Amino acid sequence: MNAATVPWIILFTPLVAAAVILFFGRYSKPFSAGLAIGATLLCGILSWWLFTQPDATEPNQFFWINLPDIFSVPIGVTVDHLSKVMLVVVNTIAPLVFIYSLGYMKHEEGYWRYFAGLSLFLFSMLGIVLADNFLMMFIFWELVGLSSYILVGHYYPKDSAADASKQAFLVNRIGDFGFMLGILMLWLATGTAVFSQLFTSETLALLQSNGLYLTIACVLIFCGTVGKSAQLPLHVWLPNSMEGPTPVSALLHAATMVAAGVYMLARFFPVLEHVPAARDVIAWVGGITCLVAALMATQQDDIKRILAYSTISQLGYMVLGVGVAESWDVPMFHLFTHAFFKCLLFLCAGSVIVGMHHEQNIWKMGALKNKMPFTFLCTIAGTLALTGFGFHGIGFSGFYSKDTIIMWAVVKAPVLGWIAAVTAGLTAFYMFRLLIVVFLSVPRSEEAKKAQESPLVMVVPLLLLAIPAVIGGWPFIEHIFFHTTEPENVPSIVHYALLAMFLGGAGLAWVLYRRAAKDPVSIPLFANRLYIDNLYTWIVKVFQDGVAWLAGWSDRWIVDLFVAQVPSKLTWACGYVLRFLQLGNIQAYAFFFGAGVVGLIYLLIAR
Amino acid sequence: MTPTLAHYLIVSGLLFTIGLAGVMLRRNIIIIFMCLELMLNAANLSLVAFSRYNLTMEGLPNYNGQILVFFIITVAAAEVAVGLAIIVALFRARQTTHVEDLDSMKF
Repeated sequence: MNAATVPWIILFTPLVAAAVILFFGRYSKPFSAGLAIGATLLCGILSWWLFTQPDATEPNQFFWINLPDIFSVPIGVTVDHLSKVMLVVVNTIAPLVFIYSLGYMKHEEGYWRYFAGLSLFLFSMLGIVLADNFLMMFIFWELVGLSSYILVGHYYPKDSAADASKQAFLVNRIGDFGFMLGILMLWLATGTAVFSQLFTSETLALLQSNGLYLTIACVLIFCGTVGKSAQLPLHVWLPNSMEGPTPVSALLHAATMVAAGVYMLARFFPVLEHVPAARDVIAWVGGITCLVAALMATQQDDIKRILAYSTISQLGYMVLGVGVAESWDVPMFHLFTHAFFKCLLFLCAGSVIVGMHHEQNIWKMGALKNKMPFTFLCTIAGTLALTGFGFHGIGFSGFYSKDTIIMWAVVKAPVLGWIAAVTAGLTAFYMFRLLIVVFLSVPRSEEAKKAQESPLVMVVPLLLLAIPAVIGGWPFIEHIFFHTTEPENVPSIVHYALLAMFLGGAGLAWVLYRRAAKDPVSIPLFANRLYIDNLYTWIVKVFQDGVAWLAGWSDRWIVDLFVAQVPSKLTWACGYVLRFLQLGNIQAYAFFFGAGVVGLIYLLIAR
Repeated sequence: MTPTLAHYLIVSGLLFTIGLAGVMLRRNIIIIFMCLELMLNAANLSLVAFSRYNLTMEGLPNYNGQILVFFIITVAAAEVAVGLAIIVALFRARQTTHVEDLDSMKF
């Protein structure tokens, strides 16, 4: 075992597990679950081992397609600091989610299908993390889309689940198309898609010689992030993907899939940092997304949907971080902390949902703090981490990562910075709304009165995740993984403003929801997600109906005319003329035949 | 007077004409069939005559024509077997061998 082969082992172990489970898993539940968990534990151990190793300097690749000077597709792994950190994040969270699934999926259909899907999902994500060129990344990018389709549609007999998985897949296609165009533009300009070759100073100089072209290419590549990381305007699939099993949501929102978009931007950062125009676009998309998604989250009733919108909002922070920070460490640091506390929150939500017998409406819950004490404690930890509680350098993990991004934004783009700061207040508001309505106040249904704490197999991963969720951002841990820098000349008012935002949001939630039996605030605009989903439905409907009408019309009046009507009439007319030759007299036929032979002979001789 | 090639060909031509006229004019399908055979035999006769009168350089008849006659006889025999079978089947189905009654293909 050496540092050159370990990345390949990490990459392919989940694939092998997925294949074996697919073929043999249906005969034994423990076998499929055990194999999947074993594979991901192996990946986890190897990832941590790899993290202690030095970066690989030699290219570690082979050629999938190799036509020298014409077309080559290399498949290779990058082992640098970025990918090592990401491997650790993915492969630490994945085993916990897998183990948690044991409890959550105990009585569900398609157990082996589920674990095969999870393993495939992990394989796809690891492929993105390890890819050393854009082509390989794109292949795995699509594989992530496919695996999310399989997993979100796990309960496929349910229409809403089937629709959600279809929507996730199709919306991602839109972003991926831009991503592909961006990759092709870069490839066309430089003749290579390998990162290490793209990031050389000669290639950069070549790219920068045509600034507009490079900007367009970067924005197109960012389209991939918009789709995969659910930024406005392609965010609609993420809340709907909550139709999948809750552990899938946790994995999807924490370590795989949505993180891929931000990771890709971080990977591409060496080029991106020289393209200020593209970074402005990225920063604005991120900033607007984080605000709008937080606004939508304040009015949702489904516990998982609240968390889904909060994920979109947090991804907005990360994308904003890519747009304003001076290194990829800043957004990746937030991705790192977010992965832990968001995974924790989702698993808590899953625990609540199981305790409530698959009820997801928060207005049917209430006063669960005594019934589910561990889940309650973990949710508090996750909430405080997500809302970034802390002051003067001491706080929960989200405090460090999010505040760094906000500080960069305040310095580099003040408008976006203050948008992000206001969003922090909204985050506190909707998270404390969830916490208060679900765990405090009064029980609002029979299920809420009879709810029970989840089994140990679900609680232990929660407690394990709560640790990094709390301490994951502390400087001594941060310095193992990242080297974030804070901007200079940060106005000190920012720190006070953020604390005030937190206290204001949490306080407002406390006042409004402490004794509420149903939602006292009703803002249809936010509850209906700014009507963006309705707008898309309308656009798709109008567009589809228009195309269908046009296709129907041309089929009936053009295609039918020239392909069906005219030939059929012509054939009929010819047939009508020729049927007069049918005399019904065998000797006439013989005569025609003989005359024909004589005629042929005559033609042959006389010619 | 010794018969020459022309005599044989005239007889062959007459036989062929009789056969052709029979095929064209008669109404009973069995007669038509017999006339058809007659035409084949007219062809055989001319082939044999050509074989006899076109001697090779060694003074032997040209056997190519005679071999061809055997082929024609064989094929004709096979054809008779098939043709008669068709006629029998036809009679069973329609109770007639008269070609003017067989006009269901007429428009």
